[in-house]
Amino acid sequence: MKKVEAIIKPFKLDEVKDALAKIGIYGMTVTEVKGFGRQKGHVEVYRGTEYEVTFIPKIKIEVVVPDAIIDKVITTILEKAKTGSIGDGKIFIFSPEDVIRIRTGERGEAAI
Amino acid sequence: MKRFTVLTFLILTLISGLAFAEEAATNPPTPPAAEQAVPAPAATTVEAAPAAPKIDTGDTAWMIVATALVMLMTLPGLALFYGGLAKRKDTLNTMAMSFVTYCIVSLLWVMYGFSFTFGTDIGGFIGSPGKLFLSGVGVNSINDLAKTIPEYIFVIYQLTFAAITVALASGAYIERMKFSAWVIFSVLWMTLVYVPVAHWVWGGGFLAKLGALDFAGGTVVHINAGIAALVGALVLGKRKEASLKPSNLTLVITGAGLLWFGWFGFNAGSALAANGLAGAAFINTNTATAMAAISWMFTEWMHTKRPTVLGLASGAVAGLVAITPAAGFVNINGALIIGILAGIVPYFAVAIIKPKLGYDDSLDAFGIHGVGGMLGAILTGIFADPSINEAGKGLLYGNPKQLLTQLIAVAVTVIYSGVVTFIIFMLVKVFVGVRVDAEHEITGLDESQHGEKAYSL
Repeated sequence: MKKVEAIIKPFKLDEVKDALAKIGIYGMTVTEVKGFGRQKGHVEVYRGTEYEVTFIPKIKIEVVVPDAIIDKVITTILEKAKTGSIGDGKIFIFSPEDVIRIRTGERGEAAI
Repeated sequence: MKRFTVLTFLILTLISGLAFAEEAATNPPTPPAAEQAVPAPAATTVEAAPAAPKIDTGDTAWMIVATALVMLMTLPGLALFYGGLAKRKDTLNTMAMSFVTYCIVSLLWVMYGFSFTFGTDIGGFIGSPGKLFLSGVGVNSINDLAKTIPEYIFVIYQLTFAAITVALASGAYIERMKFSAWVIFSVLWMTLVYVPVAHWVWGGGFLAKLGALDFAGGTVVHINAGIAALVGALVLGKRKEASLKPSNLTLVITGAGLLWFGWFGFNAGSALAANGLAGAAFINTNTATAMAAISWMFTEWMHTKRPTVLGLASGAVAGLVAITPAAGFVNINGALIIGILAGIVPYFAVAIIKPKLGYDDSLDAFGIHGVGGMLGAILTGIFADPSINEAGKGLLYGNPKQLLTQLIAVAVTVIYSGVVTFIIFMLVKVFVGVRVDAEHEITGLDESQHGEKAYSL
């Protein structure tokens, strides 16, 4: 069981979500986030004055998947979220200790 | 109710528009009363009695609507325009400044503001206290300055001007001024600055006698508030985050639209009658505003490579400001030129001069109202066309002296408003302090001043 946290470009969300659904991912949590990495911020202009915006909006996807398909999940995200330009984001992988479905109390992979 | 107001407004617009066309066709300026009273009882239309002032129902109806329109400019017009431009954490406080000022001025105006502004002139400087608490004003009384409407309507129409003038200055102070300081400032500034200046120009004071042209308040409202904005911004000092980060540009656009709409009451209403002059002011206002929005958009497009929506809205407001003193004096060509310049001069004041000089006029109350107001006042002295209004003859129509008079009126207002605003700020500073502390400024004034939040998400 692994938890995948992917920070991606907002406009790639639909593609990634559809591709993950196709390989059997039935749930995910999505958050609108802001941050910065190597991609420098952008510039906004209000009344002729430019303002540097350092935090760029991104989407954070969180999914927990069985060990069996983790590689497939990673390659799918890599393939779908990639544009090749700076700011495509990152994928973080964690090992959750357990998963519990609140409705039934099931635990482990059965609860995913 | 709102629908009714809008409907009445549209009908009146149509009527005044038609009357204007008619008058333009038959050229010689006829006394307004005869042409206007379309469905009125025969008594008013039969003979325009020369001397005794008589209430005209058409004029009265229009001025009631115009008054409500000008009120709309402050609440919610200016509150939305400024509130949307403020940061997320300061939106509510910014709106509160316009709101509370409207209420404060509403009260002070009926207590003493009207009397000292429009009471019998004393030495050219101030009105007499004869109408304190509106004593002597009744349902049948008529003011000498507006001879066809009830004095009550004149009082409240002028009230809405006083209110928005004070509220305009807040744009330069937001995101750092104590709310208590603003409340005290509102009281003092209306009393010590607005009232005398309005008296000088409109109440029969020395600038009126000098022949300064200010149709709807370029000097009294916009230069006056714009200079107060600049002086206040200098005394307050820079914000910790001196940047424009609009919390909600859609509110700004809504506010700008309401300002534009309300401004028809401000400018066309300044004819104080439903007549051809109101029609001229109406069409000049709309033309100059549309022109200025376009002009600002292209200026910005060339300068920063982006035609911003805030630019369109800012250009429109700059156009409204610049056409204000000229609305009832210039012809359509004058309005177009004023519009073009209003999209360029205030733009550079805001985008180039402000950053160079380094003062922190948060929402460009000086850049747009001060600079736009001066531009309009000066251009009025150039483009005033006597065939639109006999009272005004500008440089282009063979009266170069008018330009000088305009410059004097501008200079007097700049100096007086500048000095007295500075004194008021110093007084407020001594008594309650003008600026919130650094921590409160960073958390935001919504929470620190009011214990509320504009957005709870």
